[in-house]
Amino acid sequence: MDSYAIEMAGITKVFPGVVANDDVTLRVRDNEIHAILGENGAGKSTLMSILFGLYEPDSGTISIRGKEVRIADPNHATALGIGMVHQHFKLVHNYTVTENIILGNEPRNRWGDIDIGSARKRVGELSSLYGLDVDPDALVETITVGMQQRVEILKILYRKADILIFDEPTAVLRPQEIDELMLIFERLKAEGKTIILITHKLREIKQAASRCTVLRRGKVIGTVDVASASESEMAAMMVGREVQFSLEKPKASFGETVLKIEDLSVRNSRGLEAVRNFSLEVRRGEIVGIAGVDGNGQAELIEAITGLRHAEKGRVYLKGDDITRSSIHARIERGIGYVPEDRQKEGLVLDFRLDENLVLKTYDKAPYCGALGVLDKNAMERNAKSLIKDFDIRAGEGAATKVRSMSGGNQQKAIIAREIELSPDLLVIAQPTRGLDVGAIENIHTRILAERSKGRAVLLVSFELDEILNLCDRIAAISKGEIVGIVDAESANEREIGAMMAGVARQQPEARR
Amino acid sequence: MKREKGRNGGIGRFLANPGVISVSVVILGFLCGTFLIVAVGKKPSGMYTALLQTLTGFDITRGTWNPRYIGEWLTASMPLILSGLSMGFAARAGLFNIGAEGQYIVGLTVAQFMALFFPPIPVLHWVAAVAAAGLAGALWGGIVGWLKAKFAVSEVVATIMLNYVAFFGSRWASMQIPGANTYRTPNFPATARLTSPLFEKLTNGSRLSLGLWVALLACLIYWFVIEKTKLGFELRATGLNKNAARYAGIKVTRSITVSMLLAGMFAGLAGAVVALGSFGYGRVLGGYDNYGFNGIAVALIGNNTAGGTLLAGLLFGMLASAQPLMQSRPIPKEITLIISGLVVIFISMRAGVKLILDWQAKKSARLRKEAGNE
Repeated sequence: MDSYAIEMAGITKVFPGVVANDDVTLRVRDNEIHAILGENGAGKSTLMSILFGLYEPDSGTISIRGKEVRIADPNHATALGIGMVHQHFKLVHNYTVTENIILGNEPRNRWGDIDIGSARKRVGELSSLYGLDVDPDALVETITVGMQQRVEILKILYRKADILIFDEPTAVLRPQEIDELMLIFERLKAEGKTIILITHKLREIKQAASRCTVLRRGKVIGTVDVASASESEMAAMMVGREVQFSLEKPKASFGETVLKIEDLSVRNSRGLEAVRNFSLEVRRGEIVGIAGVDGNGQAELIEAITGLRHAEKGRVYLKGDDITRSSIHARIERGIGYVPEDRQKEGLVLDFRLDENLVLKTYDKAPYCGALGVLDKNAMERNAKSLIKDFDIRAGEGAATKVRSMSGGNQQKAIIAREIELSPDLLVIAQPTRGLDVGAIENIHTRILAERSKGRAVLLVSFELDEILNLCDRIAAISKGEIVGIVDAESANEREIGAMMAGVARQQPEARR
Repeated sequence: MKREKGRNGGIGRFLANPGVISVSVVILGFLCGTFLIVAVGKKPSGMYTALLQTLTGFDITRGTWNPRYIGEWLTASMPLILSGLSMGFAARAGLFNIGAEGQYIVGLTVAQFMALFFPPIPVLHWVAAVAAAGLAGALWGGIVGWLKAKFAVSEVVATIMLNYVAFFGSRWASMQIPGANTYRTPNFPATARLTSPLFEKLTNGSRLSLGLWVALLACLIYWFVIEKTKLGFELRATGLNKNAARYAGIKVTRSITVSMLLAGMFAGLAGAVVALGSFGYGRVLGGYDNYGFNGIAVALIGNNTAGGTLLAGLLFGMLASAQPLMQSRPIPKEITLIISGLVVIFISMRAGVKLILDWQAKKSARLRKEAGNE
């Protein structure tokens, strides 16, 4: 019999109206890397929150190293040696690495002062023991996201955890950083730690985990040995049906240039140059992807194209016309559609009705706006009804639904519907599937490809390399606001693009345009 | 999803309807007021008969009817409604117009000048005076909107400053008028007054003036602009989510300026209604009239809607004009201030309760999402 580090048996957790965990049994062996796979909302986070003491289960038992326990709160979990690296880091940005690590658990010297010296030494030791390579004195705001994640890991190691839970740890990382994280996992395992890896990315499971428990709609579908299960088998378990891994992408036929960016430089809100001497063209019927790690100028680039931010230098042309100085409104009129990265902060007025949101860019035109600026609410409702049908937007009260009450996937569908309805020549899309589940992702990807087939030019920014590789015809890698290289998607591989995202230019430049 | 409502739904759905909240908050305020009256050893019936008399003119204790009380009630309500509209209009575009007082003073002052110096042509005289007051208030508010839009000056700071400028400016300017002393100017010509012989006759000689039409028309304009027009759509979008409005190509800075312009106009009209409706001479202000500040409470309880503001203005007007009647009953008149204060406190608590409920809803939405329920 194996000895289990964690045994959660028959866990049921009901939230009002929803069974989040339904008789879930999870057995994690000592010193293994155990993956928990499931779509958004499958119950992974709830299960881990129970293990970490954030929720109490309605029924079921938890045993840690063979001993049954009741975990009342996270402090209790910490005392049991359980640590969690959250998806969104919980770090104080203007504190140093060491200060962050000891926060809430500060060592004192005999005068009662914080003994930062010994803490720093310990952090340094832990860091080198696990090969984390973290500078204990660096300010958190000055280090990369990957490093910040390691600080989180150190934080729980410092608290002597030997069961480490990672919640979607690769969501924020570049491919190289992901590889490094996998090495860190191995190191942790070699030092005797047990790791639970929550993810929906199959490749990582293949790479790192030894066993994998699949959850769907709160239930355990099964636990498999990763070595003997294929990715598609696990995917089918996760989604409950066969999943198409590659989208059907019709042959491209490119037309004339729609968007031409020439030597563009843009400053960010802090006045620093976020985009530098950027040049790019997008043709009709073409999807051009901007691959890069978050914060490398993508947001500023898009804002300069759509008019939300003014360009410091350079020109933007749409269908041959210089629009560098045009207003946001004028650019919309000339044919730019834009699906913004933050759908709730930017893309929607959450307290407006769905029909109002669906005319957010066309409210001032016929048929919605009559003479003398009087709005025609019936026309808005009709428009909403037809878009709801065409785009399969699920909204409880139809056109009158407050968008705030809709799910993220349906909010995104509403934005996509609105922007496609504009029939723009250029569609700028940022992070279209962030936080959505597989079904919604497929739907939205299909829509984007359909726009390409209609001869629209599409500029796609995504931090998900898979998404870029699947959808795009050409890929421009951006690093620190500059194009590192442009490659044809067919000849590109992930590793190469990953290197470019880190700022390393391609060896033999064969990008043609 | 369905069962969710059972648990959280009672109070949640209750709080989802702002009108219901306002009404219950007012009732709660009156209950507390009643309790207080009992606590100080008086009979609460005195308050209610006073209020009844204010609303209907009937004096139950003596069995007499005098519609003058209705007229006075409406007279007290008109400037409150208008300054409530001022506050509410700015709030719909996401601005906090604490400067309605200043805009009111500017409107009042300009109306007084127009009354004294515009040629005394019947009808045209007061129409011009009211229009000029509205324009002046609009200008005064518009300055703030422009500063905010152009230089990101906080409208709260700018309006408070401009309140003082308006107040002392008004005093200084009014005292320059020949024949003015430290508290009043000479009498207005009759053509400048908003007095209405018909209203006077109907309400047994109350001060009810044509300002009533101004207030009602303003409510109508407010409703139409906010709910029915392109401009209203832009203002509401700006107020609810500035980023999304900008993203959609709405000129946010223009929305801000326009909303402050119109907000100022409503407050300026309030000034005209008071200056030309209730007084026969120009006043040299010795202090704030506080209509502008009370407008904040009115808009708050009226949920920044036209109809709600109208009702809330009538409520506050009722409380104000019931004071002398209550004193004779004998209920301390301060009880009305306590009730209005409580109502404002309760309605503000709603914001707190709503925050808590939003937070809970977000949490349960998150849990639900985690739990895989679309």
